[in-house]
Amino acid sequence: MATIAGWQKIDEACIVPALEQAGEKLDCAAGEVVLDFSSVRRVDQGVLQAMEELASVAAEKGVRVVLCGVNVHIYRVLKLMKLTSRFSFLS
Amino acid sequence: MITDEAVEERGRVSPATEGLTAERIAYLERLVSQARTAAAVFSQFTQDEVDRVVKPMVLAGLEQAQYLARLAVEETRLGVMEDKVIKNMVATEFAYHYVKDKRTVGVIREYPERNLVEVAEPIGVILSLTPITNPTSTVLFKCIMAIKTRNAVIFSPHPKAWNCCSEAVKIMLETAVKHGAPEGVFGCLESHTLQDNAYLMRHKDVALIDATGGPGAVKAAYSSGKPALGVGPGNTPVYLEKSADLSTAVVDIIISKTFDNGTICASEQTVVIDDVIYDLTLKKFAELGAHICNEKETKLLAQTVIDPQTGFMQPMAVGQKATSIARFIGLSVKPKTKLLIVPIQGVGREHPLSVEKLFPVLAVYRAKSVEEALRVCVDVNHAGGLGHTAVIFSRNDEIIRKFGEVINAGRIIINSPGSIGALGAVYNDLVPTFAFGCGTGGGNSTTDNVNIYHYLNIKRLARRTQAHMWFRVPNQIYFNLNAVENVRQFPSRSTIIVTNPALERIGHVDIVRRYIPPETHVHLSVIPDTEPETKVVSETVEALKFYKADQIIALGGGSVIDAAKIMKLKYESPEADLEELAAPFLDLRKRVVEYPTAKVNRARLIAIPTTSGTGSEVTPFAVLTDKQRRRKVTLADYSLSPDVAIVDPQFVMSMPKGLTADTGIDCLTHALEAGVSNYASPYTDSNAMQAIRMVFKYLPVAYEHPGDEEARSMMHNAACIAAMAFSNASVGVNHALAHAFGARFGIAHGRANALMLPHVIAYNAAVPTKFMPSPYQKGYVAHKKYATVADLLGLGGRTVEEKVSKLIAATEQLLDQLEFPRSIAALGISKEEFERTVPELAKTAYDDPSWRSNPRMPLMAELIELFWQAYHGRGPAEASGAPQQAG
Ligand SMILES: NC(=O)c1ccc[n+]([C@@H]2O[C@H](COP(=O)([O-])OP(=O)(O)OC[C@H]3O[C@@H](n4cnc5c(N)ncnc54)[C@H](O)[C@@H]3O)[C@@H](O)[C@H]2O)c1
Ligand SMILES: [Fe+2]
Repeated sequence: MATIAGWQKIDEACIVPALEQAGEKLDCAAGEVVLDFSSVRRVDQGVLQAMEELASVAAEKGVRVVLCGVNVHIYRVLKLMKLTSRFSFLS
Repeated sequence: MITDEAVEERGRVSPATEGLTAERIAYLERLVSQARTAAAVFSQFTQDEVDRVVKPMVLAGLEQAQYLARLAVEETRLGVMEDKVIKNMVATEFAYHYVKDKRTVGVIREYPERNLVEVAEPIGVILSLTPITNPTSTVLFKCIMAIKTRNAVIFSPHPKAWNCCSEAVKIMLETAVKHGAPEGVFGCLESHTLQDNAYLMRHKDVALIDATGGPGAVKAAYSSGKPALGVGPGNTPVYLEKSADLSTAVVDIIISKTFDNGTICASEQTVVIDDVIYDLTLKKFAELGAHICNEKETKLLAQTVIDPQTGFMQPMAVGQKATSIARFIGLSVKPKTKLLIVPIQGVGREHPLSVEKLFPVLAVYRAKSVEEALRVCVDVNHAGGLGHTAVIFSRNDEIIRKFGEVINAGRIIINSPGSIGALGAVYNDLVPTFAFGCGTGGGNSTTDNVNIYHYLNIKRLARRTQAHMWFRVPNQIYFNLNAVENVRQFPSRSTIIVTNPALERIGHVDIVRRYIPPETHVHLSVIPDTEPETKVVSETVEALKFYKADQIIALGGGSVIDAAKIMKLKYESPEADLEELAAPFLDLRKRVVEYPTAKVNRARLIAIPTTSGTGSEVTPFAVLTDKQRRRKVTLADYSLSPDVAIVDPQFVMSMPKGLTADTGIDCLTHALEAGVSNYASPYTDSNAMQAIRMVFKYLPVAYEHPGDEEARSMMHNAACIAAMAFSNASVGVNHALAHAFGARFGIAHGRANALMLPHVIAYNAAVPTKFMPSPYQKGYVAHKKYATVADLLGLGGRTVEEKVSKLIAATEQLLDQLEFPRSIAALGISKEEFERTVPELAKTAYDDPSWRSNPRMPLMAELIELFWQAYHGRGPAEASGAPQQAG
C-alpha cells in the first residue's frame, strides 16, 4: 500500500487495516488526510465500522478526512449510514 | 445547504421512549444499528449474489420444517404438528418457486414498447411482527422475501411463540450469512414488550413495518406514522350453492377448516348453504367426521368459545382440536371428530358464532334463496372479514360473478379450500404468501398476497416517448382551372348543393350543376351569407333527410363549407350533440368526447371553396357561431373533413378586394401558426413554408389585380396547402384572439386575424414567460422557425432576432398594402368600450382550443396585453418594453 505524507491509497484487499493505519497517523497529519478509494469496489460492515471510528477520531483531532475516487455505489452506502457529512469528497 | 439530517428530521416521527430504561433503549438501538448496517452493505449486492443466498435458505427451511413445526406446537400449544410442517414447506418451497426467477436487483422489468424500465430499490430495515398462529412459517417466508429483496429484518415475534420464531430466525440467519449475506441481516427482539415495539415502530432507521397478526398489532403499525404493511384478521364466508359439486366441497371445507386446527385466518367461518342441499350437506359432513351440534350444544359452545364481553373468539380455543373443545365444554362426540358444526340463524352479536373462529368450529346457515345466501355472506364479510377472504362453491358462473361483485375480499376462492387456497400457488395461481392484505376494508394498505414486490421500492425510468404524429388530409384534392369537372365522376342519386345567395346570383351554382351527372336529383340549399348558425343547419338537415341525399356539395367560403360539415354530421348521426362535441380539450387524442361513428345515413361531402383562405375544404374543423352567447364554437374531428376537395380558381375570380385580403391573411395566419405550432412536423412544415411564400408573392397581386388568373390560382392553392398544414399542426394564439374578438364585435375572421398577427409573431418569438409542455418539440424553436420563414422570403438579416424583426416588418407592409385597418381603434371601437370588454375577451380567448398548440403558453395577462397591442396597433418593434428575443 503506497503511503505519501497525507495521502494514502486504499487497497481493496485490506481496507480496515489501512483505515486503522490512517487513524493512527492523524496526529502527524497537517490538518488533512486524503484516502484514495479508487480501487475499492465494495465495503462491508467492518469497513463501515472502521470508517465511523476514523471519522470520530479525525473530528476529535480536528483533521479533515478527504476521500477521493469513491464510487457512487459506495457513496450511496455511506449516505445510508449517514457518514457522508463526516468526510470530504474529491473526485 | 440542506443537510441529510435536516431532511430526515422533517419526516421523522417522534421517538417513543416511554416505559423504556436507558439500557433497553441501548439494546434496541444496537438491534437497529446492526440491521441498518447490514441493509446498507446488502444494497451493493448483485442479483446473482442474492440468489446464491436464497436457495440454501430455502433448503435449510425445508430441512428444518419438521423440527420448527414441533417447536411451534410445543411452545404455542396450538395447531397440528403435521400441518405446521406443510406450512413451513409451503413457506419455503412455494415461495422459492415463485421468486426464484424473478429479478429483484437493478433492472427488474422492461417495457420497451412503453419506454419504461423498472428498477428495484431495497427498503432497508423492516420491522416484522409475526403471529402466534403461523409462527415459524411466517418467519421463514419473510426471511426469504427479505433476502431476495436485499432488506434487513428485525423480527418481533408473538411473545408466546418467541422460542420457535427465534430458532427459525437463527437458522435463516446462519444459512444466509454462510452464503454471503451481511452479518446482522436478521435480528430477533428478545422477550419484548409493547413498548419495545412502539419504540422500534417509530425509529428513524426503520423503513417499513410488516405486521401480520391480530388487530392490535396491525393498528399499532399503521398508527406509528411509518409506512406499514399491516394485514389483519378475517371472517371468511362460504357460499355453498346448489349447483356445486357437493362431495368435493365438503371435503375441501373439512381440509381447510381443520388445517392446523383452523389457525389460518383465511379458513372458512360460516358456510351459507342453499336450502335444497342443506340436509344432504350436513349428512355428508357428519359422514366425514363432523359433529353437527344441536341447539343446546350450539348455545353452550357459543358461551364458551366466544367472549361475551367483546364478541370475539376466546384465545384459549384458538388452534385446538375439535375433540378438545368438545371435551372442554362437556360435549360428547365421537373420538375422531374433526369438526364441530354449529347451525346459526343470523349474523351479528346476537349470533355469537358468526364471527372469526380460528379453531375447528364451523357455522352453517340455511338460505332459502340465492339472494338470501348472498346477503348473509355479505353480513359475514362485514362482521370482521372485510378485505380478507371468501369462498364459493358453485358451477354457476353468473352466481360466482355476482358473489365476486358483492363480497369485499382480496381473495375470493372458487371451488377450493379457503385457507390453503388463499395461501396461493397450491389450488390456484395466486401469489404464494403468509400475509393476506385486506385492503381498506380491513384497514390495510393492500388487498394483495404480500410478496417480494411489497418489499421493494420500484423505481420507474420513463424515457421521453415520441408520440405518434399524423398527417391526414382528404384523399382526393383536385385543383387548377376547371377542376370542377371532376364532380362528374361521383355518382349520386340525390345531391344537395349548399351555398350562399350571392354565389347563386353570380352563377357559380350553374357551373357546378353542369358537371353533375344527369341522373342525379339536385336540390339547392341556399343559406344566409353569415357564418353558420344552428338553426340554418337543422333546416338543411331536414331537407337532406327528405330527399334522402347521398351527396352534399358545399359551394362557398369557409362559412358554407363549415355549415355543410355540420349538416353532414347531424344527417349521418342525428344524435350528435354539437354543444357536447365542442367541449374543451387539451390534446385531441385524449379528448373526453367522442364523435359518433354509427351512421344512420351516408353522404359524400364535396367541398368547392369560393374564397382563398380558410382551407375548410381539407380541414377537420368547423366553426359555428353561437349567436346568443356571441361566441364561436369550434368542432374538430377528422370525421368532419370533406371527402373530396375541388380547388378551382374560377370560383374566386369574383371575390371583392376586401374579401380577397381578409381570406388571404387568414391563410397566411394559418401557415405561420402551423409553422411554429408545437404539433408542427416536417410534413406540416413543408406545406406551411410553401404557403407562406405563395401568399407573400401572390396575395398583393390578387388584391391589386383581381383578374390575374395566376395570382388567384396560386392564392387558392396556397389556402388549401396552408390548411393541410394547420389541419395537422393546428393553429395558435392568434386564432384564439381573433375568434374571441371577431365574435364579440362582428369582425370578419381574416380581418380579426390581421389585427393580431404582427403582435403575435413578436410574442411567440420572445422568451416565453411560460413554456408550453410538448412532447413533440425539442427545445424552444418558434423564433428560429420565424427566422427560417424570413430566409425563405429573402428578407435578409443576420441574427435570428434581426430576421424575426424583418418578418414582422414584411407582414406589416403586406397588411398596409392590403389596406387593412391597423388597429382596433381604427375600427371605431372606443377605448372605454374596449376596456369594458377586454377581460371577457381574454377569458373567451383562453377557453379557445386554438392556442393549445401555440409554442408559448399564454397567460391571461398576456392575452390582455396582446388585445391592447392590437387596439393601439402599435408595431411591436415600437412597443414600449418590447419583449426580448429568445436566443
Ligand atoms: N373550417 C376551417 O378549417 C376554418 C378555418 C378558418 C376559418 N374558418 C371559418 O370560416 C369562416 C370564414 O370563411 P370565409 O373567410 O371563406 O368567408 P365566408 O365563407 O364567411 O364568406 C364571406 C362572404 O363572402 C361571400 N363570398 C364567398 N365566396 C365568394 C366569391 N367567390 N365571390 C363573392 N363573394 C363570395 C360569401 O357569400 C359571404 O357573404 C369563419 O366562420 C371562420 O371561423 C373555418
Ligand atoms: Fe382561420
